Amino acid sequence: MTPLAVSIAGAIASFTLVLVVLELIRSHRLRERYAILWLATGLTLTALSAWREGLNTIARWVGVRSYPPAVLFAVGILFILAVLLHYSTVISRLSDQNVVLAQRLALLEQQLHDDA
Amino acid sequence: MSDTVTSPARFGAPPALSELRRVAIVPALNEERALPGVIDELRAFDPGLDIVVVDDGSVDGTAAVARAKGARVLSLPFNVGIGGAVQTGFRFAFENDYDLAVRVDGDGQHDASQLGRLVAPVLAGDVDIAVGSRFASDAEGYRSSRARRVGIRLLARIVSGIVGQRVTDTTSGFQAVNKHGIALFARDYPHEYPEVEATVMVFRHRLRLCEVPVTMRERDGGRSSITSLRSVYYMVKVLLAIFVGLFRRNDVPEEDAR
Repeated sequence: MTPLAVSIAGAIASFTLVLVVLELIRSHRLRERYAILWLATGLTLTALSAWREGLNTIARWVGVRSYPPAVLFAVGILFILAVLLHYSTVISRLSDQNVVLAQRLALLEQQLHDDA
Repeated sequence: MSDTVTSPARFGAPPALSELRRVAIVPALNEERALPGVIDELRAFDPGLDIVVVDDGSVDGTAAVARAKGARVLSLPFNVGIGGAVQTGFRFAFENDYDLAVRVDGDGQHDASQLGRLVAPVLAGDVDIAVGSRFASDAEGYRSSRARRVGIRLLARIVSGIVGQRVTDTTSGFQAVNKHGIALFARDYPHEYPEVEATVMVFRHRLRLCEVPVTMRERDGGRSSITSLRSVYYMVKVLLAIFVGLFRRNDVPEEDAR
């Protein structure tokens, strides 16, 4: 069985993540598009922390007998992997677009010099 | 203020229109087939209307077709999404000091012959932004697929509740905007799926908005930017943006930036 203190600490920490993400969106420092995965992470971990029986059940399904909170770590790590992978795709797109921008700028500058 | 403004149908442009600097913003992504017709219709409505096609990274002949038709073309170096594309048009309108901008999609679903009714409340000075609504009247015409209508209606309910005025079509991109609206949108415009958030934003900046009943046509070229798989993301993103937006303190009237 999950210790009560672990459930409470886990729920508080994950819910804080949700609040921080919402505040970042509110203050225009994080776009909704990139916030959705973080919100899913925070809400899932909050739910798993607070819903103690659910955590135990899931732990039993995946064969974790000794210490159910290990499932919290596993789920948290999976979400972080998802966020990182998502960011890798975003960075790839940004660097592609950056090249296009630099090329366009070079072509425009060349045109300007020719006109001058 | 009434929910919708209906004015008698006019033929061609209302007289006051010709005295204004006016521009049509036409966002287009791979619309080489539909675009010539759209430009012809805009010219038929008002020959003095400047037409700016915002080419959002098309891979077909969209930009060439638009230039051949004598339209100005703003070519984005890559696809930035409909919100960013439309805002490019509003930035152009703002920097070139236009008095009135109409937004007409490049896919041909908006009928330019209805622009007279759309700009009327803006010209009359009743509102800052007029939005063509497919659902403000019982008129026939294309009203999107059944599933999408449910979503549009749900969003309309939520937005109506927030802004305290009945709006029926929060996803319509058929709009007429005056100088105040141009200044606001040039500075701040949502990036993806912008219309719903923009509607809420308009009210929070104390601009006046009304809907004008219009009919739309089914798109005849290209394909919609919202596929079924994306609609879940669409709803989550838009609802999140509206919800978080409620906690922003930007509800001050916009001063003219110039």
